[in-house]
Amino acid sequence: MNSTSLKARRKFLKGITQNTAIAATGGLIWASLLQKEARATPFAIRPPGALKEDDFNAKCIKCGQCVTSCPYDTLTLANTSDQIPIGTPYFIPRDVPCYMCPDIPCMNACPTGALTPELETIEDSRMGLAVIDIENCLSWLGLRCEICHRECPVKGTAITVEHHPRKLSKHAMFIPLVHSDACTGCGICEKACPTDEAAIKVVHPKLVQGSVGEHYRLGWKYDSSITQQYKPEELKKNAPVKAESTGLDWLNTGEL
Amino acid sequence: MTKISSTKMGPNGKPVRPFVMPTSFVGKLGVWKYLILRRFVQISTLLLFFGSAHWAWNFNELPIISGNLSSSMLFGFIPLADPFAVLQILASQQSLLTEVLIGALIVLAFYFVVGGRVWCSWVCPINLISDLAGKIRKKLNIQNALQLSRKFRYTMLALTLILSALTGVAAFEWISPISIFHREIIFGLGTGWAILLGIFIFDAFILKDGWCGYICPLGAFYSIVGKFSLLRISFDTPTCTHCVECTKICPEPQVLDLKLASSKGYISAGECTNCGRCIGVCPENTLQFDIKLWMTQDYQQHLLAEEASRNSNNPTKTDLRRKAA
Repeated sequence: MNSTSLKARRKFLKGITQNTAIAATGGLIWASLLQKEARATPFAIRPPGALKEDDFNAKCIKCGQCVTSCPYDTLTLANTSDQIPIGTPYFIPRDVPCYMCPDIPCMNACPTGALTPELETIEDSRMGLAVIDIENCLSWLGLRCEICHRECPVKGTAITVEHHPRKLSKHAMFIPLVHSDACTGCGICEKACPTDEAAIKVVHPKLVQGSVGEHYRLGWKYDSSITQQYKPEELKKNAPVKAESTGLDWLNTGEL
Repeated sequence: MTKISSTKMGPNGKPVRPFVMPTSFVGKLGVWKYLILRRFVQISTLLLFFGSAHWAWNFNELPIISGNLSSSMLFGFIPLADPFAVLQILASQQSLLTEVLIGALIVLAFYFVVGGRVWCSWVCPINLISDLAGKIRKKLNIQNALQLSRKFRYTMLALTLILSALTGVAAFEWISPISIFHREIIFGLGTGWAILLGIFIFDAFILKDGWCGYICPLGAFYSIVGKFSLLRISFDTPTCTHCVECTKICPEPQVLDLKLASSKGYISAGECTNCGRCIGVCPENTLQFDIKLWMTQDYQQHLLAEEASRNSNNPTKTDLRRKAA
């Protein structure tokens, strides 16, 4: 092999190595950026019908057709300066809530299915969950307010008013309660709340909602769904069963 | 007198003439024809999106074009989508609605006809920035501060798809300055300008056409599409004097391999952006827009004729057939 072709080969190999090195370094930075961007802030309030956060982030093509189709200008796309995954639609209920159009134009505008077309009525959407700050809620302070209850588009099911008779407090109280099985997270209550900073806020359910687990039984509620639907997990079919275990517990099988 | 003695001859035996900018306004317009057209298309695309989103520009009560360059709806019923964005989402193992798939196919078909990287030079808003950077660079006579292979973009393309598959999100769409710029123009401005400034500085002071010519994976994607597309720059071999005015102005000068061009009859590289700059500066009118199918037919006939004249003493079968016809 002559020296020129050897040089050319060296140059070629060097070039390939350098390209790969740049790609590898760049790729690492890029991947960490993606992780940070797409996974770190999963608590944005999304338009109706949005898939769960990971799938939504993956499927959303960031075209903004939901934004342009919204008649109330509720939605915005996240900017580079926002703390929300870039380019994805979200809304701030205190600024403009979702007014729950019955024909759901934003969902129908979505070309990719990130806003799932399986949503049948707008009442089925779960954009977030309204949560009441009981320290600053006027009703809880003893005043007659209940504005959130009256403004709620699914009033009576999503927000109900409970009567607390006078006991230790000065007054009897009428306090609003949010029910997660009906609250769509539209944020009309948050917009309507008369306090300086809203005392009822729509947040991502994951931030506030617990989960009881199936094993608790509410003995005083025989018709409660939790009690009636609970079934112990089925045993593994192929789990090995000791032959001698019938009638004997393990302490008594030994030399004792 | 030195001028006459130093006049070089091209391979076709004609003197090499340098490109001289015409002094008349009409002549200048002739040179800038495609530049003006490109700017018009670029800006009106932006304006159509912006007008539909903010000033309710509509057609039959439906927005003219809603969405942005990632995906949009034209006249309320023609879906359009960025095929590369769709490819990334598919690579991240997500299923998609048919609407966006059809949109991507429509756009892909369009660029298959007009040339893959027509996207880059006629539509992409980043082209405005990189051209501005190029202009400033030329004025200040700045040299490249970095060496990179033109093929690096294909590494980026592969990396985009691999990262999409690994992280489960469309990798380029999350950092693409094209989408960010376009989105922030249409849906309100954020700090996206910083990214643009970054590209401008990179292109102006570090590497000529650095972003578009070396890095952008979307450009790489459309280069592959462009390899097969129909609208091309045709190359008329007999008139070319190898003055290389075209190579000097071309943002992707590696595509103007004159030897390859004269053997094919057109610029065959997919990386050609069909920007038409070379057409304006060519003093011999060697380069023109043309359709590949017609060109190749013409060119084959031309080759046959040449062969026939060379072998006129012993005529070939083709010649005989042609005579009979």
